[in-house]
Amino acid sequence: MAETIATSHNGHDVSYLDYQGKHKGILGWVLSTDHKRIGILYMIAILSFFMVGVTLGVLMRLELLTPQGTIVGPQAYNEFFTVHGIIMIFFVVIPVIPAVFGNFFLPIMLGAKDVAFPRLNLLSWYLYIIGVALILLSLVLPGGAADTGWTFYIPYSVRTGTNMVFTLTAVFILGFSSIITGLNFLTTIHRMRAPGMGWFKMPLFSWALYATSWIQVIVTPIIGITLLMVVVERVFHVGIFDPTLGGDPVLFQHMFWMYSHPAVYIIILPAMGVISEIIPVFSQRTIFGYKFIAYSSIGIAVFGSLVWAHHMFAAGMANSAEFIFSLLTFLVAIPSAIKVFNWTATLYKGSIKLEPPLLYALAFIFLFSIGGLTGIIQGALNVDIYITHTYFIVGHIHYVVFGGTGFGLFAALHYWLPKMFGRMYNKKVAKVGFWVTFIGFNILYFPFFILGWLGMPRRSYHYLPEYQVYHVISTIGSWILVIGLLIMFLNLLLSLINGKKVTEANIWGGETLEWTVATPPPVENFEEIPQMIEGPYEYKQNELAVEEEVK
Amino acid sequence: MSTSESVQAVAVEHIEEHVNRDDIRSRMGMWLFLFSELLLFGGLFIMYSVYRYLHQTDFSIASKEMNTYLGTLNTVILLTSSLTMALAINAMQRGKKGLSIFLQAFTILCGAAFMINKVIEWSHEFAEGNYPGSAILAAKPKGQILYFGLYYSMVGLHGLHVLVGMTVIAFMLVFTIRGKITPDNYVKLEAAGLYWHLVDIIWIFLFPLFYLIT
Repeated sequence: MAETIATSHNGHDVSYLDYQGKHKGILGWVLSTDHKRIGILYMIAILSFFMVGVTLGVLMRLELLTPQGTIVGPQAYNEFFTVHGIIMIFFVVIPVIPAVFGNFFLPIMLGAKDVAFPRLNLLSWYLYIIGVALILLSLVLPGGAADTGWTFYIPYSVRTGTNMVFTLTAVFILGFSSIITGLNFLTTIHRMRAPGMGWFKMPLFSWALYATSWIQVIVTPIIGITLLMVVVERVFHVGIFDPTLGGDPVLFQHMFWMYSHPAVYIIILPAMGVISEIIPVFSQRTIFGYKFIAYSSIGIAVFGSLVWAHHMFAAGMANSAEFIFSLLTFLVAIPSAIKVFNWTATLYKGSIKLEPPLLYALAFIFLFSIGGLTGIIQGALNVDIYITHTYFIVGHIHYVVFGGTGFGLFAALHYWLPKMFGRMYNKKVAKVGFWVTFIGFNILYFPFFILGWLGMPRRSYHYLPEYQVYHVISTIGSWILVIGLLIMFLNLLLSLINGKKVTEANIWGGETLEWTVATPPPVENFEEIPQMIEGPYEYKQNELAVEEEVK
Repeated sequence: MSTSESVQAVAVEHIEEHVNRDDIRSRMGMWLFLFSELLLFGGLFIMYSVYRYLHQTDFSIASKEMNTYLGTLNTVILLTSSLTMALAINAMQRGKKGLSIFLQAFTILCGAAFMINKVIEWSHEFAEGNYPGSAILAAKPKGQILYFGLYYSMVGLHGLHVLVGMTVIAFMLVFTIRGKITPDNYVKLEAAGLYWHLVDIIWIFLFPLFYLIT
């Protein structure tokens, strides 16, 4: 891409992709503190890991094709679902949108030249890579991969002979990386907004990242210390959680979910931010209820931090505590619903352009609604006791995490990738990829709800023959989903190599700041820091038309 | 590039650096980091409260094994070091570089004295057999095993923080000597001071929880 506007080397109008700094070639990337390059480093690492997670998932589905063993033994199956969970949760969905798109676009959206602490930003990527190295070591070293499930429940996680120390340390280090990203974004948002950009003139994506970063800073240390204590317990036999040494396994569960439930919102909030960006652009309307969407992000962050024990209704708790946690669980649905209603209200009477990013955004709303509503079902105590150890939960988590954050990620890729690289993908293929992915996803995961309702236990290697028909449907769905993902990713990848060149700054007609800078963005983003006069979603022309029509 | 041009370039860079400098930003980053550190220890304090609630008497009995005199001495040492650290920053603000260097060095020495005391205490406990995995400790009631588990974890993690704090202040000492920390740019030293106060404040809670409970 050398032929792009490379006129000067002071970093003002040369693209960040062509910029030759102190270091050349690959070193220019892995030693760069440019937030855009770090975002892309993250993207390469995380999407590769996503592929590993998908592969494990497909193998698990293949294993479950028949009620008895199909391709692997029970121990391997346990390791599969554990590593699948750890990779997908800690290595993919928790970091992906903040680390990739947050890093790349947050400073540009705020009108800043970089994040607050560029060197810390690079450090967080290296910590992520150390975590990756440790988890890969745990897979290949003798002893075998972790087989506890991604929840590491005590006492099995202190007893099992597998490489737990590597796994837990990896997650601990990832937590460190996550905290650093969080505090970096918080400081950036507080201190580096362009002149005139008040809190309520910020794009909603930055609001979402703001709420997410607070959760990251507040709750990640809790899982850090908890998992560290399990490591200490395994290595030095210090009595903390192990019941033979007086410890309380239920305390571990509390500590684990004190992080891991808010982590659900670390996972989903940035995706919601992406959707809040895409919907107004492709309906050319001001977002409906800006302040409500902004506040609901904070509401989700606050309530979401207080509902952790609904993961443990079957673990034993005081009745009064169960009652309170159940009530709070219902309450947390309100801010999420506010967002969904506001998005649909924004679409109403908009001039809809059904481009691939919007398709993924609409799929997000649909799938997330199913995931959210099934979540409310589990918030009810008496129902939860019956379904908590079944496939119903597995269906729910996949609808929320994959249907939500996964599709939010795909939407973000289709929305921002042309901006990042200056190359447009083939939109027709992207739409085909979308439909295959969407249909495959539903065939794969919807049967989980039925299976769970019929009593199919989760994490089970064997199952009763009467469940087989649903498992077969689901496994076929997994193949369709993989074909869809392959179409989507190959299309995006090919577009980077020989896609149509895009040089216009505003590719989709957006009103946020990233659409005012060159494509791909210059090294320092802005030659002059922009002055903000209007809010981020002022689609005046269309608004007038709508108003007239209403009159 | 001619010499005058390069001098000019350096000057421009220097001005830019100066304009981009934002001490509030640096402090905010540090405070957020300290906040997450507090929550890291917060997790341990939750574990302590739960187990203390479940094993009141065992905790009380086990705490009798602690050397309260050494604990008190360490509290005094650490509090003094916090004072000298604060004074070191103050000295830098008033432009007294030499005094600041002396006070920073004194703070590091206090940290070292604290760690030496800890080594004495721990070797005493180890000699008594009160260490994780020992047969003597395993034979004790479960509440006491938990007490020592928490003691070694919490005080150990705190000790680790003391070592980190000493290292950070040592760096600050070098920066001060080399003139990188100056009376109008001392935010690094301030951040190091904040970290040291965090180490201090955590000890202020650990001391009564492990040494003074009845």
